[in-house]
Parts: sequence; structure tokens; C-alpha cells
Amino acid sequence: MIVLETKKLTRAYGGVVAVSEVDFQVKDGLITGLIGPNGAGKTTLFNNMTGLDTPTSGQVFYNGEEITNKSAHRICRLGIARTFQNIRLFKELSVLENVMVGLHFKTGKDPLKGRLKAAVDSYLHVRTEYDATHEKAMKWLEFFGLSEFADELARNLPYGHQRELEIARALATDPQILFLDEPAAGMNPSETESLMNTIRRIRDLGVTVVLIEHDMKLVMNICDTITVLNYGRNIAQGTPEEIRNNEQVIEAYLGKEEE
Amino acid sequence: MGSISEFFQHLMNGLTLGGIYALIALGYTMVYGILKFINFAHGDILMVGSYIGLFTFNAIRGQQMGIWTIVAFFIAMIAGMLFSAVLGVLIERIAYKPLRRATRLAPLLSAIGVSFILSNTAAWAWGTKSRKLDYPFDNTPFTIGGVAITPHQILILVVVIIMMVSLKLFVDRSRIGKAMRATSLDQDTAKLMGIKADQIIAITFAIGSALAATAGFLIALEIKVYPSMGMMTGLKAFVAAVVGGIGNISGAMLGGILLGLLETFGVALLGIPYGMRDTIAFVALIIILLIKPEGLLGKVEKEKV
Repeated sequence: MIVLETKKLTRAYGGVVAVSEVDFQVKDGLITGLIGPNGAGKTTLFNNMTGLDTPTSGQVFYNGEEITNKSAHRICRLGIARTFQNIRLFKELSVLENVMVGLHFKTGKDPLKGRLKAAVDSYLHVRTEYDATHEKAMKWLEFFGLSEFADELARNLPYGHQRELEIARALATDPQILFLDEPAAGMNPSETESLMNTIRRIRDLGVTVVLIEHDMKLVMNICDTITVLNYGRNIAQGTPEEIRNNEQVIEAYLGKEEE
Repeated sequence: MGSISEFFQHLMNGLTLGGIYALIALGYTMVYGILKFINFAHGDILMVGSYIGLFTFNAIRGQQMGIWTIVAFFIAMIAGMLFSAVLGVLIERIAYKPLRRATRLAPLLSAIGVSFILSNTAAWAWGTKSRKLDYPFDNTPFTIGGVAITPHQILILVVVIIMMVSLKLFVDRSRIGKAMRATSLDQDTAKLMGIKADQIIAITFAIGSALAATAGFLIALEIKVYPSMGMMTGLKAFVAAVVGGIGNISGAMLGGILLGLLETFGVALLGIPYGMRDTIAFVALIIILLIKPEGLLGKVEKEKV
């Protein structure tokens, strides 16, 4: 089943067309890889699907519902989360608080109470709110083996753990789809190895994963399906095996022979 | 003996004044923390809040001084806070929000415009004559160890401390407070966490404006209320926020109190002429900018590449 899909999505910045008429599909429960040379438009495509950027033309559908011009916080609340290529943690908040922010809108929901009342309550029962969220947040830290760092400031975490924390924070929003933008960037081989396991464990939680990655070993190993972008266009789509043997893809990565 | 009790006398006066500066500085710093923008209309929101408080108090206080006048005082204060909170949110919606994607200069100019609109409207509607709040209770000073303390000073200190402690708890511990800190650190990422950033910004303006109104009402008690009162008070509180480290809540509290102490001790001990009192804040500003431009508790911000 297709959970997320773009139809002829185009994003131009002035005269520069970063993404051009891309039809991209994400199937439920799978790990989808999005690859392509630098500047192919991968991150731009991510930004346009998560509400950080608005397409020049084309549409985005999530579970059949159009979300093209929806704001980022609404898209998040619908069940789409993401991480960034250059890690964007709340550096001055503690590790635990980062995850608690991810739980923000879940913990605020209480249909019986009016908004004002909820706000007053969250103020009067500071401790109660803190405890409930605290417990949930700790569970996510345990999932990533980060419990011991709970009270550290996020900025003080080692690089590899910062990446994991960013994923933990995204998962705290309880997404159906998780977008990972170059999760293995800057990691050494053993860190990458453990990241692959983590991504599989996330998939096993029932979360659909979409990832941008340059590490071909990782992509070919864990992705169920791969989409290739080049110069903002979708040039191929298929299983790792099909992609590996696709001539257009090889050309995009290695260049044409006679030029 | 004389000099020691004199010292404590000035300390008491300085703390009262500093507490008021701190309350106002909090509004500047909170808004700056989230929008990286100085709300130059903040002092005028304070002015409107003090007028509303003063009018409410006059309307309900009755004739006899007693328990009711004290209750009325707090009701009036809350009325001023609520009015200013709504005013602050409205100003943000109308004059700042549409300019969020414009150049950084645009909302700043808009804020200066709002400032003039508010103070001129107040002068037109309520006159330029300054007014003073009637005492809600007997203000005869009593002396402890040679230090004369007025009941008003105690009231001011108590209100200031309650406000600061609750604000600090709110920001550090509550769910909305956490969302505020997240939004001020990285607005886009906060949105991606499902946080309604616009709502958080509105709450920030509401809280900042309510604190300013409180400060204004306390000033009405000690000094007086007039349409241009927001100008100098606002500027000095802004200096306090910068001295403490703009964007930092504890910094604003520290900066405000330091400034109050500096002004009081500057006149009393350093022999700075009373007429020059207002310059102390700005001299302090220049010194801080030269030595520690990020402010006492501020962090050096690296430019994002």
C-alpha cells in the first residue's frame, strides 16, 4: 500500500529547478532509499514532503489526503517525522528534554479539557506532566541505549549519539513515516553497522522508513526499494538489485564514457 | 553604624527598583529569544497596562482604606496584566507577524511605529498630566535596625519575587515552557515536532506584556503614570536585558537587579549627581558591550554557515 506519494512535484528557486516533476512513492512498512549525486534534489524533496518548503507545482499525498501546502507542525501531527543531514538538536536542552519536546503534542492532547484549562493545568501540575512525559521519553532513550546521558546537554553528546538522539526525538512524535537525511554521514564503519541494525529495529516497530544516503553498502543492504534522483529528476526506481544494474544510474554516478 | 544602616537602606531601595527593571527586561529578552527581534513597543505596553490598572483601581476601590482596597489593588493589577497581554498579542499579530519574513529592519521599524501610536493615543485619550495611584494601604515606613522600609517596598519585592519564581518554573518545567525553549532554539525543528510555533510566540508576547503591566502598576504605586513613561523605563530595562545577556531569562533578572542597585548606589555612594542618574544605565551598557558583548550570562553565538 502506498502511504506517501508525490505527483509531478517541482521546486524551483528562481531559475534553478532543484526538483522537477518527481513522482515518488513510499510503500507502507518498507525501507525506501533515496539516492543520487550531490545536488540531485534529495533534501529538497524531503523538505517539500515535510512542510519545511512549499512546492512550486505538483502535489503531495499522505494516506490519500493532500498535504501539499500544510504547515510543518500539522504534517508532523499527521504522522510524518524527520531528521536532518546536519544534526539539528535543541543543543541547549538536555538529552531527555529533546525527546520530551518530541512528545509535546501527544501529551497536550486531552479532548475533555479546553485549551486554556489545559494550559493552566500544565502550569499547576508541572510535576505530574513532567513525570508522565518523563517515563515515555526514557523509554525512547533506552531503545537507543542513551539512558545514561539523559541529563547531559544535547550539545555535549558524542557525534554518533547525537545522530541517535535526533532519531529518538523524531520517533517520540509517534510517526507512521520517518525520513532520515543521511543518517550515516560522518560515521565510522562500526557505527554505520549499528545504525543499520537500528533502522531495521525501527522498521520492525511498524514505522515506514525513507532515507537519503550516500553509503552504498548501507543502502543496498537495508533498503527494500530504491529511488534514484539526478538533476532533480526521478531516473530509476526498483529493488537494490535492479538499481545496481540500471545503466542510467551507473551513468549518473560514474559519468558517460564519451563526453 | 550610620553607614551600615545607610548601606542597607540603599540596598533595599536598589532591590525594589531593580526588581521592577527585571520584570520589564524579561519581556524584551523572551521575545528576543524567540524572534531575534527587539520589541520597542514593550515600554508602551507597560504604560497602557499601568493606566488600565490605575483606572480599574480608582473605579472599584471605594472610599475607606482597608482590606478591600488591598484586594482591589490586586484585582486592578490583574486587569492591567490581562489587558496588556491581549494588547501584546494583538500587536504581534497585526504589526510584527506579517513582517516575519521581511528584512530584520522591518519589524524593528514597525515596533517603533507602534510605540509612538500607543503613547500618542494615550496622551490624546487620557491627557499628558501625570497621575499617581492612591495608596491601597497605609504606607508609613517602619524601621528595622535603622533601615526605613515602606510597606510598598515589601509589596513590590513580594510581587516581583512571585512573578520571577513562577516564570522560571513555568519556562523550565511546564510543557509549554519546554516548547518555548525549543522554539527559541530552532523554530523550524520545533514545528517539525508538532509545536505550533505561532501559538508559542503569541504566548510569549502575552506573558512578556503581562509582566510589563505588573511592573508599570508597581511604578504607579511608587512614582507615577504618564503617556511617555514607557520610553525611558523601557530603554533602561532593555539595557538591563542586554547587560544580563539578551535572550537569557536569568540574565534579564540579574541585569535588572544590577541596574537598580547601580543607579541607587551610584547616586548615593559614588556621588553621581541625581540629574545624571539616567545615564548610569547607558554607561553600564557601553562598558558591558566593550568587555563582554554577549552580556553577563549570554552565550557567544556562532554565526550559522
